[in-house]
Amino acid sequence: MVRKHFRYLIIGNSAGGIGAAEAIRETDKEGSLAILSDEPYHTYSRPLISEYLAGERTIEGIYFRPADFYKQKSVQAILGKKAAALDLAGRLVRLESGEELTWERLLLACGGKPIVPPMKGDGLEGRFNFITLNDARKLRPALKKAKEAVVIGGGLIGISLTEALVKSRIKVTIVEKMGRVLGAIVDANVSRLEEARLKKAGVKVVTGHTVQEVVASAERPEAVGGVVLDNGQEITCQILGVAVGVSPRGELVEGTDIKKGRGIVVDRHMATSHPDVFACGDAAEAYDFVYGVARLTPIWPNAYIGGRVAGFNMAGKKAVYPGGTVMNSLGYFGLPIASAGLFDPPEGNGYEALSHLEGETYRKVILKDGRIAGMAMVSDIGRAGIIFGLMREGVNVSSFKEALLSDEFSLPRCQMTCGREGSARNWLHR
Amino acid sequence: MKRVYSKEEVCIACGLCQVHCLVAHSESKDIIKAYKKETPRQPSRIKVQQKGSLSFPLSCRHCEEPWCVYSCLTGALQKDPESGIVTVDAEKCVGCFTCVVACPCSAIIPDFHRKKAVKCDLCPHLETPACVANCPNQALIFTDGATPGGTKVAAEGAVARR
Ligand SMILES: Cc1cc2nc3c(=O)[nH]c(=O)nc-3n(C[C@H](O)[C@H](O)[C@H](O)COP(=O)(O)OP(=O)(O)OC[C@H]3O[C@@H](n4cnc5c(N)ncnc54)[C@H](O)[C@@H]3O)c2cc1C
Ligand code: SF4
Ligand code: SF4
Repeated sequence: MVRKHFRYLIIGNSAGGIGAAEAIRETDKEGSLAILSDEPYHTYSRPLISEYLAGERTIEGIYFRPADFYKQKSVQAILGKKAAALDLAGRLVRLESGEELTWERLLLACGGKPIVPPMKGDGLEGRFNFITLNDARKLRPALKKAKEAVVIGGGLIGISLTEALVKSRIKVTIVEKMGRVLGAIVDANVSRLEEARLKKAGVKVVTGHTVQEVVASAERPEAVGGVVLDNGQEITCQILGVAVGVSPRGELVEGTDIKKGRGIVVDRHMATSHPDVFACGDAAEAYDFVYGVARLTPIWPNAYIGGRVAGFNMAGKKAVYPGGTVMNSLGYFGLPIASAGLFDPPEGNGYEALSHLEGETYRKVILKDGRIAGMAMVSDIGRAGIIFGLMREGVNVSSFKEALLSDEFSLPRCQMTCGREGSARNWLHR
Repeated sequence: MKRVYSKEEVCIACGLCQVHCLVAHSESKDIIKAYKKETPRQPSRIKVQQKGSLSFPLSCRHCEEPWCVYSCLTGALQKDPESGIVTVDAEKCVGCFTCVVACPCSAIIPDFHRKKAVKCDLCPHLETPACVANCPNQALIFTDGATPGGTKVAAEGAVARR
């Protein structure tokens, strides 16, 4: 049996894993370091699989780091191999292939797996997930023959898939269970603006319903021919895209002593309940500065920054996770949206919402005890960074809160509290 | 590293730094052509912030731990390990503008026409960044902060804490 030893072992070759590898190499140039992934590719940018699908970028064009990255950083990349079991006492990871990797410090940057709602008749050809480059590669040839598609899920991933399909001249119907699109990250006003853009692009949006059954094509019984919704409505399609979202991939810690809620629970050093095992990204529940607790905050920047913090700590340099929250910048169908934190104030409890809507221009902040707990900006997103910075720093904005929505809102308005000199500092190791 | 710092006591918000930044990042490097011929116009990477009589120009701080770089979805934003300069690789950038939200100074400008993020690159083709060289009031200085010339140089206290 093949057994290899590494000082650092990282499972996951994406935002979190790369963030950690880079931090480790900034601190320890020599310690042996391996990145393992069951995806067979050089590290790539997951959000860009839609650009690949639409034919706008090649596989190399979505690489997250240069082709010689692993060589440059002395990283052993073990790609296309899956970790099947984790043995904490033996400090080893057993691969599906039978090989064993032992480690001194382990990072679980395992990301998420697609959520697939149960549907009668599922399992036909033409039904795709949309999470990995392989998903996009399987979908690409199907675009040539298909005329119509149903996308399940009107969230970020669903709209991202829809945009790629529309660019490929396919007629799309989005089926969203909630009452509106993007319902997990923005308020009803922003949803309405996005829905208007979708309709303008010829996309049908069905909200408040689910797909109950997948129906086979009359000509090709092995392939998808349409779907039936929970209200009996039938929609013809040759492509059925499932883009509901991801749930944390925590299978490796199942049955171990490592604490797990919905995701793998980590502290402010990104350490799990085992001191030498770290976790980050979509797989982890890490500190959310809006809620003040560890939660799932599955976005790319949080995975990278969490990975970076984990990497420093793994290499023996103390670093503290500043906390993340769900923050997104979207530009689907030409509508710029920046959002972070809460999008509607919870009832009572001293929350206050300020907003201004004019045409497609929207600004909203949610305050709690004078501090920003949520923001949304549509169209004019140029100043979103200042507001998000104030939110992240927990600055009390009571004295200039009205100015947050004004056109000429700028740094002097927030009394330079965002630290135009200060931000050059090192906030990770303070 | 050397950064561009501003002296708010002599900045009169004339906006010439913005003009010269735009020209320095234009195709022609010619002020008339840059404004009249090159469309869509290049955005300026430095922005004068103003409130009443208080004003100062702001551009990228080339942070030690740059939020923008860590938030970039594609790897387009990088901090050069030697020079410390934070730049955008326009080829890789997809214009998602995640970095625009991530930067606490709003120092990244979304160029919606080209679908690219643009920011201060400290003018690698010039000895002194164009904004600094062309400010008529010397309200901008280019320094590593070792020789304080302005009130806010190397000041760390500007960040309000919880
Ligand atoms: C279509 C799409 C669009 C998106 N758009 C955005 C966006 O605009 N902005 C944004 O911020 N976020 C976006 N996201 C979310 C973002 O991609 C994720 O938050 C991010 O990829 C999380 O990074 P990660 O490192 O935690 O995990 P992942 O990127 O999920 O990577 C984890 C890796 O670990 C591997 N792995 C897991 N378990 C094992 C195992 N047992 N053995 C071997 N390998 C294993 C997986 O195969 C995978 O390669 C998008 C996601 C998708 C799918
Ligand atoms: S763009 Fe903003 S976050 Fe990035 S280095 Fe410059 S000031 Fe820092
Ligand atoms: S806009 Fe460009 S530079 Fe900014 S995060 Fe997106 S890809 Fe990176």
